[in-house]
Amino acid sequence: MRVVGSGVAVLAGAALLTMLLFPICWMIASSVTPESRLFQSPRLLPSALSFEHYRALFDERDFLVPVRNSLVVAATTTVVAVPVAALCGYALARLRFRGRGFLLALILAVSMFPQISIVPPLYLMLRELRLLDTYPGLILPYVTFSAPLAVWLLTAFFRHLSPELEEAAMLDGASRVRALWDVVLPLAAPGVASATILTFLYCWNEFLFALSFTLGPERYTVPVAVTLLRGRYQVPWGQVLAATVLATIPVALLVLTCQRRIVAGLTAGASKG
Amino acid sequence: MAALRLEAISKTFPNGHTAIHHVDLAIDEGEFLVLVGPSGCGKSTLLRLIAGLETPSAGRIFLGAVDVTGVPPQARDLAMVFQSYALYPHMSVRDNLGYGLKVRRTAPAIVAQRVVDVAAALDIEDLLDRRPAQLSGGQRQRVALGRAMVRQPNAFLLDEPLSNLDPALRAQARAELRRLHGRLGVTVVYVTHDQEEAMTLGGRVAVMRDGVVEQIAPPLEVYARPVNTFVARFIGAPAMNLVPASLVGIDTPPGAVAGIRPQDLSLAGSGQLRATVDLVEPRGHDYLLHLRLDQPGLDPLLAVVAGAVPPAVGARTFVAVARERLHLFDGNSGTRLA
Amino acid sequence: MSRHMAAIEREERRHAACLVAPALVFIVLGAFVPIAATGWEALHGHDLRLPWLGRPFVGLANFVEAARDPRFTAALLHTVTFAGITVPLELTLGLALAVVMDTAVRGRALIRLAALLPWAIPTVVAALVWRFMFDAQAGILPKPLQRLGLVQESFDWFADPLAAWVPIGAADVWKTTPFVAILLLAGLQTIDPALHEAARMDGAGPVRRFVTITLPLLRPALVVAAAFRMLDAMRLFDVAYVVTGGGPGTATEPLSLYAFIALMQRLRFGYGSALSVTVFLLTFAFALIWVRALGRSLVGDRT
Repeated sequence: MRVVGSGVAVLAGAALLTMLLFPICWMIASSVTPESRLFQSPRLLPSALSFEHYRALFDERDFLVPVRNSLVVAATTTVVAVPVAALCGYALARLRFRGRGFLLALILAVSMFPQISIVPPLYLMLRELRLLDTYPGLILPYVTFSAPLAVWLLTAFFRHLSPELEEAAMLDGASRVRALWDVVLPLAAPGVASATILTFLYCWNEFLFALSFTLGPERYTVPVAVTLLRGRYQVPWGQVLAATVLATIPVALLVLTCQRRIVAGLTAGASKG
Repeated sequence: MAALRLEAISKTFPNGHTAIHHVDLAIDEGEFLVLVGPSGCGKSTLLRLIAGLETPSAGRIFLGAVDVTGVPPQARDLAMVFQSYALYPHMSVRDNLGYGLKVRRTAPAIVAQRVVDVAAALDIEDLLDRRPAQLSGGQRQRVALGRAMVRQPNAFLLDEPLSNLDPALRAQARAELRRLHGRLGVTVVYVTHDQEEAMTLGGRVAVMRDGVVEQIAPPLEVYARPVNTFVARFIGAPAMNLVPASLVGIDTPPGAVAGIRPQDLSLAGSGQLRATVDLVEPRGHDYLLHLRLDQPGLDPLLAVVAGAVPPAVGARTFVAVARERLHLFDGNSGTRLA
Repeated sequence: MSRHMAAIEREERRHAACLVAPALVFIVLGAFVPIAATGWEALHGHDLRLPWLGRPFVGLANFVEAARDPRFTAALLHTVTFAGITVPLELTLGLALAVVMDTAVRGRALIRLAALLPWAIPTVVAALVWRFMFDAQAGILPKPLQRLGLVQESFDWFADPLAAWVPIGAADVWKTTPFVAILLLAGLQTIDPALHEAARMDGAGPVRRFVTITLPLLRPALVVAAAFRMLDAMRLFDVAYVVTGGGPGTATEPLSLYAFIALMQRLRFGYGSALSVTVFLLTFAFALIWVRALGRSLVGDRT
């Protein structure tokens, strides 16, 4: 019974691993398969190794431009959104003020807004302000839509810190702001790290706003550039797949190095404070 | 250092729960006052009100001659030892001890000196460069105490500081606290739910129930003359027996309740009260007996008796009461009569 | 109520206001003002290709047009059906994955890592990979599926109005199941193992324990995961845009995509806004019903 059970578990685990990883493996394998072999009978292991697609991406397609755009937008958004969210989360977790519950509900509501529903006025507004096809034009909606998640997550995180530590600091003579700086923030570092990673991932992956508010290859972010590599009549699959691999590398690095913080962030943000 | 005075303090929380009802309390300079009561009686809330961590809904708090009711905790210059100790986990013991002085912009050389002095007084000099996580429970407790002492505050507030220690360590720490208070002569407000701690530590003891101070007096007086049945049963272990006064031959006033400490009962060869031995709990130097009285509808009496051989369970016996040590309470209100 | 209390509390409120203000500015400017503006825009006739027509107020005309627009009704149906099919699938698979992760003695870290990758990669990447896997010429899936006799020789998954949903659904399920699993795993790990031991002492077998202990105690986590997935599925855009572009024809076009096309390709901002508003109302209505039906477990605030 036990042996059978563990055998089933191992099989199930192996099957799940295959299902989860197969598409990624195949993506990587295909991206290094020469174009000529790509459309012969598909196979998992490349029959010949070739980096022609990667070379083409950088030489002919200027793929560094979207990478740079994505990095700038994601980094700026993170630098703005996380401190803003940390302050708000602290207030929501610790301070007593009227409308706290309402504010939390408001923030939760924003995190479930369908993005498309604010595209039209933002488009018109950004066009009016001449911010279409600029970095700020993307950063504003990105901060708005990534902040609620970060606020939610950090509120949950701050609530898990013992309030006695701040109280001790205040009795030691520290003002609330000083206590926040000296005691709360150092202890909240793991939560802030989670929020930072999730915010960065959100920006790196966002598609609809980037597609709507950028007008040309000069300002495309990685997801938009990857998607629009496809021509109207013909898909250069080799290059597309090489681009998807490139789009995945930073994400994979984050996942590999910060697994724990990501899981903590996801579950803290999802469970009620 | 200063005296503390609470005037008609009440505290109602936003959820409508009233934790403190109109409490008046005066604590002398250099006094060791213990707030004791069952959990939920409001003793911790009262301490937090003194600290400034909560604001009273009504009433005023004086520190010396100064009204500090509206003063935030930072400016009251009080020190608090939390039940969890609340040591800053990311700072060394040295930085924990010095934090309060550093925040007050004390010169670094003076901070360092004060920290070393206090560490020496508490015998924790070897621990100065460790982090709280690397300390034992007893060591953390000392560091928490040290953090309070470093600043030479107006008063010390201690919130169940010994409850996280194991029993042996607790007795030791209790004695040490007592000595420390004798040496420093500081004002201390100490919260505990443990009546034994209250008895051994307090210069005076304030017994609280449901947000009200029921009695405030030196420990022996609280023990000897409890003002009502609640205090009578809360202070002293095992708890005082309460029986209808008529049972022990007291008929005036009618309906009165007699309180008898288990230590004041003994077994006898004859007498008014007949009982059956229900349970015998050996306690080492004596026995705790549960005695079922023949009169129906009464709780078993608890009696502490010494002796080499305890009575057998089920044995019939007479119970003798030390009449001169009887406490008499009103049957309805439970307040002390005479 | 003493004046002191007022002083300290005023101080605390002032602090709170300062700390909350920046976040509030972004949320109001970036979300609430725009959503109101979308609602307002939806009441106007506004076509960026015909600027000389101006922007006349037309009342609910755009909504009336939508109600009569078969492409809108179809898109609405697509959205709701897609959510109704993929979300239960994701919850079931996610639960299985969570249980495997919870019970796996060895390889747990590996499975968690493998689960995080699909969740973390950009949605368009997931969509492109699955688009490629189903590709008639280069894809790795059509041949084996033919051999299994599921489809005919040289079947094109993207030419069939119903079959085209399969790659969309596959990409969505593949990408989001791990997210569900991570939430449910956290829920599973809060269940006291002593409960399972107690049930075992009471004679309950593994299946019975799962049904009578695990599932009921996992309910809050399931409710939250289902809500997250439902709300996400109803704003489905990225996957559909990349995998099929809504095709063949408009057979796989969800509401968000139709709204996007009306806005960004046809530049009919009034009508497109009306479509966007319906997406908003749809998710909002769902969230409201969900919270009502399942109590406060979703937005429950401890204090």
